[in-house]
Amino acid sequence: MSYLKKIIYNCKQATFLIEKKQLKRLSFREEIELRIHLAGCGMCVLYNKQSHIINTMVQQLFHDSLRSELKLDENFKAELQAKIEEGLGNN
Amino acid sequence: MISENNVLAPHKWVATYADYLYMYAIVRINDEDLAKDLVQETFLAALERVDRFEGRSTERTWLTAILKNKIIDVYRKKSSGLAVAAANKATQEQDEFFDEGNGHWKSEYAPQPIAGMDEQDPLLQKELNKILQLCLQKLPALWNAVFTMKHVDDAATEHICTELHVTQANFWVIIHRAKVNLRACLQKNWN
Repeated sequence: MSYLKKIIYNCKQATFLIEKKQLKRLSFREEIELRIHLAGCGMCVLYNKQSHIINTMVQQLFHDSLRSELKLDENFKAELQAKIEEGLGNN
Repeated sequence: MISENNVLAPHKWVATYADYLYMYAIVRINDEDLAKDLVQETFLAALERVDRFEGRSTERTWLTAILKNKIIDVYRKKSSGLAVAAANKATQEQDEFFDEGNGHWKSEYAPQPIAGMDEQDPLLQKELNKILQLCLQKLPALWNAVFTMKHVDDAATEHICTELHVTQANFWVIIHRAKVNLRACLQKNWN
């Protein structure tokens, strides 16, 4: 298989570069390989788009959950504060 | 200038920060009892180093940093000794998705449009979020830790590698595989 054909077929490598690119600058060679691949592969173009959306969704999920309704129960909190007061008393 | 926020007030810690720290822990380790323990340990550890607080960050940031380290300890325990096994498993599972010879998508795993991802319909998005949460929990502990530290906490790659004892090469492999798995899991459970 020619070098070019390998790039065109290799979705495993292309998705690897898609992930890397979201976190780090690709080398010149990697960047070119990814562009060549994406120019001819609709599946990886779709993967690229979905991968970015998933990142946003995950960040949103963690962010939103910090404002969730789930709270510690009051007994646990009271005991905890008592332990802290006890610790403060010892200092 | 020292603002009021940068002074410690342990008498108010529980009332002010306990719920916040609890949620912070629970979304990262997904275990209510363990999250409770970590909140308690965080306050007690903070108490011991009150005199080392220099007021350079807010009280909340300072407490969160202590909690973060405790969460990393949990990640490490969960994946200790398993790091190598998990990376190997990653290699194997990846071969499920791609042709071993040329690396092309296997037809049954090829990306398809996932309705709800591009749409603004809040109901669809809510459903999709639920599935995403389940898919995240299905990831091996080490992958989940690496993925969360990088994408949610925006930690430096070197820091993650040191804390979780993974090599740089394994780091990128895990980042890749975690996402390929997540995406496939969403597609499978949505369509």
